[in-house]
Amino acid sequence: MSKQIGDVILDVNNISLRFGGVKALTDISFNVREHEIRAIIGPNGAGKSSMLNCINGVYTPQDGNITFRGKTFSHMNPREVAEMGVARTFQNLALFKGMSVIDNIMSGRNLRIKSNLFMQALRVGPAAREEAQHREFVEHIIDFLEIQAHRKTPVGQLPYGLQKRVDLGRALAMEPQVLLLDEPMAGMNVEEKQDMSRFVLDVNDEFGTTVVLIEHDMGVVMDISDRVVVLDYGKKIGDGTPEEVRNNEDVISAYLGTSH
Amino acid sequence: MAFFLETLLGGLMAGMLYSLVALGFVLIFKASGVFNFAQGAMVLFAALAMARFAEWVPLYLGITNLIVANLLAFVGAGMVMFVVAWVIERLVLRHLVNQEGATLLMATLGITYFLEGLGQTVFGNNIYKIDIGMPKDPVMILESTFEGGILINKEDFYAAIIAAALVALLSVFFQKTATGRALRAVADDHQAAQSIGIPLNRIWVIVWCVAGVVALVAGMIWGSKLGVQFSLTTVALRALPVVILGGLTSVPGAIVGGLIIGVGEKLSEVFLGPYVGGGIEIWFAYVLALGFLLIRPQGLFGEKIIDRV
Repeated sequence: MSKQIGDVILDVNNISLRFGGVKALTDISFNVREHEIRAIIGPNGAGKSSMLNCINGVYTPQDGNITFRGKTFSHMNPREVAEMGVARTFQNLALFKGMSVIDNIMSGRNLRIKSNLFMQALRVGPAAREEAQHREFVEHIIDFLEIQAHRKTPVGQLPYGLQKRVDLGRALAMEPQVLLLDEPMAGMNVEEKQDMSRFVLDVNDEFGTTVVLIEHDMGVVMDISDRVVVLDYGKKIGDGTPEEVRNNEDVISAYLGTSH
Repeated sequence: MAFFLETLLGGLMAGMLYSLVALGFVLIFKASGVFNFAQGAMVLFAALAMARFAEWVPLYLGITNLIVANLLAFVGAGMVMFVVAWVIERLVLRHLVNQEGATLLMATLGITYFLEGLGQTVFGNNIYKIDIGMPKDPVMILESTFEGGILINKEDFYAAIIAAALVALLSVFFQKTATGRALRAVADDHQAAQSIGIPLNRIWVIVWCVAGVVALVAGMIWGSKLGVQFSLTTVALRALPVVILGGLTSVPGAIVGGLIIGVGEKLSEVFLGPYVGGGIEIWFAYVLALGFLLIRPQGLFGEKIIDRV
């Protein structure tokens, strides 16, 4: 493999999350290295999305903490996480449906827009230049994701597979250090899955973006990830390269059931 | 024919004020999912502030030029509305994030009465006039086309221009600025908006400020036509059918809905009233809204409600 995997960028330490009496996550620890593609897999209800939501700051775990680029935190809100350079996509699309593809992706530049409201409205001086620069960046993403033809289309009118790309595009527009993908291939056909896998690999390759990926489809995960964490009933049952995980007894029984 | 057109124009003018109030509703509902019952109280509060500031500016600052004094009063009242927006977000809304719609509605009901009371305490409970120097004299137009021409009020005409300018300004703000884009994003999906680093709390303050300015403009026009009094809060009730008709989430809907209801009220009162004994103006809007609820619950411009099962 040509790419250089770096130091640990994201370190998850002993995370436990409960909803009332339900234990969603129990004492989960794992780390993510810079530039790698790290997958979190597991059967339905294993706690994958909960894990992602903890990293993203949507949920606050009762125990444990998360270290991101050397800074440890146990309580964050999604906006602070976004400011630190973590972007995400959603399992059930959460796009701005009434807005065009361009506006959706442009909204990902939100944190980087510096000029003030008054200048923006008048489109003068630095504000106009800034808007143009962001727009150029967004056009790159649109080219990259091959959705040029749909630029001005309201996102709500696009087919599902393309909406998933726009979701990815909006996250990419943030130029994130770490990209969290929540089941990017859920509900896709084989061809769409291949396209999406290619985009994820290209993002990782071209921009060096670290990717944390939740996925249901074992085949896809094994093909594209560097290392895999396996969750089952909120506990970690496996961690390692796809090859190691594939041969892990616990993982096999979680996925296929044990014979008694 | 001339009489019909006159009634129609009168209806459009009344409808425009409904539109302005409804616009405030829609802005807040879109961005925060709060059905803001207090919009009417905000109109009253803003109008009171404007009326009193317009009195106080010449009195205490010695500025007698009507335009300058009114401008200062407008800016002052605008700042009061900013403070109101900020306080409401800080003390009420922030603590009710993700609560049921009914809870939020009750909260805004509370805000309504609080604002009314506060308005009386701070600004007094007389009837005030706002005089922004709009010409009151009626003019005749189209005298060559119709016999006797059509009588319109210059004041209504200028009010329409002010309202149109406000709507144009708002659409530039929403469509062309990054903040506007962030507002639209929040309106569409809170969670996704947060994930790309849009601060919800700040957006809510902004949107309540914008709604406050809209309320101020509505209150100013209304106050200049009819005087500022406490019955102004009931314009919120007038605006309810408008938002049902136009769709709760649609800015154009609020405008078109307001115009339809204004025109419908006047036309039905004048042309149907004699047959049923009058009084149609009072209930016309509500019956129309009821009809819409039965046939097209999302309103004229609202998003179609699709329930996936």
